[in-house]
Amino acid sequence: METSTKLGAYLLRLGDNTLVLGQRLAEWCGHGPVLEQDIALTNISLDLFGQTRSLLQYAGELEGKGRSEDDLAFLRDVREFRNCLLVEQPNGDFAGTIARQFLFDSFHYLLLEFLCDSTDKHLASIAKKSLKEVTYHLRFSSEWMIRLGDGTEVSHHKIQAALEDLWDYTGELYTPDELDSEMAFLGVAPDLNKLREPYLRKVEAILDTATLRKPASAFLQMGGKTGRHSEHLGHLLAEMQFLQRAYPGLTW
Amino acid sequence: MEKLHDLQQAFQAKIDADEKIEPKDWMPDAYRKTLIRQISQHAHSEIVGMLPEGNWISRAPSLRRKVALLAKVQDEAGHGLYLYSAAETLGIDRETLIDDLHTGKAKYSSIFNYPTLSWADIGAIGWLVDGAAIMNQVMLTRTSYGPYARAMVRICKEESFHQRQGYEILLTLCRGSEAQKEMAQDALNRWWWPSLMMFGPSDKESQHTEQSMLWKIKRKTNDELRQQFVDATVPQAEFLGLSIPDPDLKWNEETGHYEFGEINWDEFWQVVKGNGPCNRERIKARIKAHEEGAWVREAAMAYAKKRKERATAAQKVA
Repeated sequence: METSTKLGAYLLRLGDNTLVLGQRLAEWCGHGPVLEQDIALTNISLDLFGQTRSLLQYAGELEGKGRSEDDLAFLRDVREFRNCLLVEQPNGDFAGTIARQFLFDSFHYLLLEFLCDSTDKHLASIAKKSLKEVTYHLRFSSEWMIRLGDGTEVSHHKIQAALEDLWDYTGELYTPDELDSEMAFLGVAPDLNKLREPYLRKVEAILDTATLRKPASAFLQMGGKTGRHSEHLGHLLAEMQFLQRAYPGLTW
Repeated sequence: MEKLHDLQQAFQAKIDADEKIEPKDWMPDAYRKTLIRQISQHAHSEIVGMLPEGNWISRAPSLRRKVALLAKVQDEAGHGLYLYSAAETLGIDRETLIDDLHTGKAKYSSIFNYPTLSWADIGAIGWLVDGAAIMNQVMLTRTSYGPYARAMVRICKEESFHQRQGYEILLTLCRGSEAQKEMAQDALNRWWWPSLMMFGPSDKESQHTEQSMLWKIKRKTNDELRQQFVDATVPQAEFLGLSIPDPDLKWNEETGHYEFGEINWDEFWQVVKGNGPCNRERIKARIKAHEEGAWVREAAMAYAKKRKERATAAQKVA
């Protein structure tokens, strides 16, 4: 594989993460626990879709097969998606959504910080714009982790349970595979091994303030990055891709 | 008694002089009540209106359309927020208003009790429903109550953007495949009459119009606004190449207006009474969001309280 093709494949990981998480968050629109939070979740979703568009457009260019952002989003099947398992997990209740967001944002922030200095200039410029947005996302999700953790007994219990459910999916974020390592070697992306510790530190600091326990998990789930997903992703795609699949080749 | 009479006269004189009434000004109880009813109804319409359009966010056909629709529905949440705030200036709180929506005491625009069945419905809602809303809202930018008028100025700007966006969705469909054109025509067929109903009962049936006109809360009657909407919309449908589902629709050279067929008022009242295709679902969805959010709101309050207590304790120590 040529370097540009590999970079294209790497960009799909980034773009699929933001696409799938954006799609999940958009499910809240109109159903949030209070109007202000409905708006806030939608804001994050909108930011993530904006990032998705930049990333998938660039991935399509590098691929050189003339695929547009929409071809990539709407015409690939589950096995071709490269997002991590964490972001495809269902919303659950508000605690589930916040825990998932926090666990992802903490990683996303560190990743983008590095990508701002990527040797790939185009990716660096996308990362710079995204980092501003994700700084806000992380603040939002961290504040809610603390509010729910240190709020009432009920909220504490719910957010702790959500953490337990999702913790297994965090390992994949900072565990490199061959493609990650190659991108790190080229200076395109960070060495994920080196993100592990800052990630855990960042997460643990907030959990501590939130009076929450870090789950003790013996096993971490992997596979999203190489297309081995949970059962949830297929349903998300079936819904998202419905029109493009039912009426192929049209302009909307 | 004398004093009340003076106050009432001064109030009406202010309105007659086209001055705005502000929250701290004296106002008749009935004026206050009418405004609370109308503004909250408007706020609820924005919030319930998020549901039929929200139904297509997950299935929008391109990323560009998805972002536009999501942003539009979010704008509606924002409109709901400023309208609730405008209502709060009249001395009622958001929680009470929301309760009134959930118990059915307060109404919202009946149009949102119709289902969105295809992507073209998203275009039709933008074009027709936002189009009809704009007719009403442009008038309301000149309404006599200051906070309401000011909220409307901001809302109108966003609504006209939404309307263009909706029209553009339909234009794209109408220039597309046969199936897409059919989708667009079918959407117009289903949304046309409910859109005309959005202006409310005819002037002879409307119980609030006369007093509201006197108070300059409303500045045009339901029938005037409806006519204005039909006149503006028919040429737009022609441009799309779609036909309006009304065999009686015709241009009247003399009056310079379109004549149109009789609205099915039975259907109108049925939907108002709660028997539209989605009334039950819409309210259930709102109640569900509110109830399932209760623990979140409680947690936020409990945490804020703890923080305050800790800050006070820390101050004492210092």
